[in-house]
Amino acid sequence: MTIEIRDVSKRYGSFQALQNINLEIPKGELVALLGPSGSGKTTLLRMIAGLESIEEGIISFDGKDLTNTHVNQRDVGFVFQHYALFKHMTVFDNIAFGLNVRKKKLRPKKAEIEKKVYELLDLVKLSGFAKRYPSQLSGGQRQRVALARALAVEPQILLLDEPFGALDAKVRKELRRWLRKLHNEMHVTSVFVTHDQEEALDVADRIVIMNEGKIEQIGTPSEVYDSPKSPFVYDFLGDVNLFHGRLDQGKLKVGSVELNVPEYQNISDKEAVGYVRPHHMKIDRQKQSDDAIAAKVFFCHSIGPVWYVELKRENMDEYVEVELTKEEYEQLNLSVGEFVYVRPKEMKVFIPEDFVI
Amino acid sequence: MTTDLVRQEVKSTDGIKHAKKEVNWTKYILMSLMFLYLVVFLLIPLVFIFVKAFEKGAEVYFAAITEPDALSAIKLTILVAIISVPLNVVFGIAAAWLITKFQFKGKQILLSLIELPFAVSPVIAGLVLVLFFGPRGVLGPFLDEFGLKIIFSVPGIIIATMFVTLPFVARELIPVMQAQGKTEEEAAISLGANGWQMFLRVTLPSIKWGLLYGMILCNARAIGEFGAVSVVSGHIRGETNTMPLHVEILYNEYQFSAAFAVASLMSLLALVTLLIKTWIEWRTEKH
Repeated sequence: MTIEIRDVSKRYGSFQALQNINLEIPKGELVALLGPSGSGKTTLLRMIAGLESIEEGIISFDGKDLTNTHVNQRDVGFVFQHYALFKHMTVFDNIAFGLNVRKKKLRPKKAEIEKKVYELLDLVKLSGFAKRYPSQLSGGQRQRVALARALAVEPQILLLDEPFGALDAKVRKELRRWLRKLHNEMHVTSVFVTHDQEEALDVADRIVIMNEGKIEQIGTPSEVYDSPKSPFVYDFLGDVNLFHGRLDQGKLKVGSVELNVPEYQNISDKEAVGYVRPHHMKIDRQKQSDDAIAAKVFFCHSIGPVWYVELKRENMDEYVEVELTKEEYEQLNLSVGEFVYVRPKEMKVFIPEDFVI
Repeated sequence: MTTDLVRQEVKSTDGIKHAKKEVNWTKYILMSLMFLYLVVFLLIPLVFIFVKAFEKGAEVYFAAITEPDALSAIKLTILVAIISVPLNVVFGIAAAWLITKFQFKGKQILLSLIELPFAVSPVIAGLVLVLFFGPRGVLGPFLDEFGLKIIFSVPGIIIATMFVTLPFVARELIPVMQAQGKTEEEAAISLGANGWQMFLRVTLPSIKWGLLYGMILCNARAIGEFGAVSVVSGHIRGETNTMPLHVEILYNEYQFSAAFAVASLMSLLALVTLLIKTWIEWRTEKH
């Protein structure tokens, strides 16, 4: 089902939770709503589900306006952050719930329900757990039961609210890969909310980045990562070094250093900020060009195969972070306290007038 | 509410046990004091009721609790409980649901109102009912025209009991439902359940022990209420006497054995209630 969201706003008292949201989610896509807490992503998800009322704007599924359709008629499967399993029911009864509450005419026979539940238990790799209670399961298992329960009613749309937020890192990674695989097999339109950039980049077909109740950017993971449209997106999607300076005829002047910005040839003397990802920085021993910034090695540490070098800029209280591969790091043979030059290989410049940071 | 307090105290001493070993003597002094206190004020009087009841032999005892007036008092007491407890259950669930699942102005006022019967003396509650429904009250003469008699008859007793027992179920349910939040209900709805299915299959099972606990307390109070009922009943023997009122009348007429016999029956009811309550607490803790 295609989800269409038109001019949707939501207000709680004086708090504007959502502001003029326009979004189309094509059939069969797996879309991530990504943003910091308070960005309105969960509110939007709950509005799609019908758990929050729609006062302004229109949400429609396949062109059918849903504003006045009750949650239990929307054909959505909702997976809650903290699972929301029915504690007093077994895993079997939890999964069968959606089928058991159907009207007699539409309710499958007992044997059919049983078959369906065992199929789903197989799918979420929990066969043999049918008689357990939620309290006897681990977090990851509970979340899988919650997913099976939502899938049991064969929803047209699957909505997941921070589905892996309460799990530890390893289980989270496993589960999201598994979700991706599941989605590839089932092709049910899915929307999931997350504040974890890595999760969104890893799993989603498309990412909707939200901030303060507004959509900042919509795009595929590589689109949003490689060409962020706003400083917020740039900042939110990964670590970043900021260079505050003045933009003048294609050059960003940061102190005595001049960084090349060919895309802003026609702008003269404006304040601007250069954004550089740590892995787009290069360290040299010698000054090789005008864009080399003098800095002192302050701290080095590694996480697995990646080395992070923190440097303090000369005569300034600003730090620069550089990400190097193990080979690069070993070749440079840096020692703490040493003076070197850092140079951005790639930079994106934003003019604060256009973007309030 | 007093039982509630006792329960909390018992729990908090549990915590002290794990604290420091060197303050053990405090624990023993407190324990002996507590024990002494309970024996003097609770256990001895309770035993005394039964001793006194059987003083003139089992025959007198059974005669006292099977004579027509006593039987009518027992029947009326049961009737009052049978009507007021279910009504309180409905009200309690509705009030707890409203307070825990919705946001609205005046929530605090509603909470205070629910607890009002705890704060007001039952006698005052009874007097208010007399002022309202009595023969010279606000609504009394009007109702009288339709042949409806509230004061000095059974409806008045039921209304008075309902007033006094109003907080019990709601007070038990509010914390339980608050702790549960509403995601399980939202999950049920999103899976296609209607409101009634959601309530029966998801909400009720998760609050059942709290609800039962509230019902037990409510029932105990409904059976034992004296003050408010005494004001509105009119003490008509065989008609508007509940068990506590019957005990008082017998006592005032120097029929001590009979008075204690009926009293012992009530104590027995209370003990059974206490047992069920303890069992429920044990079950809830297990969950």
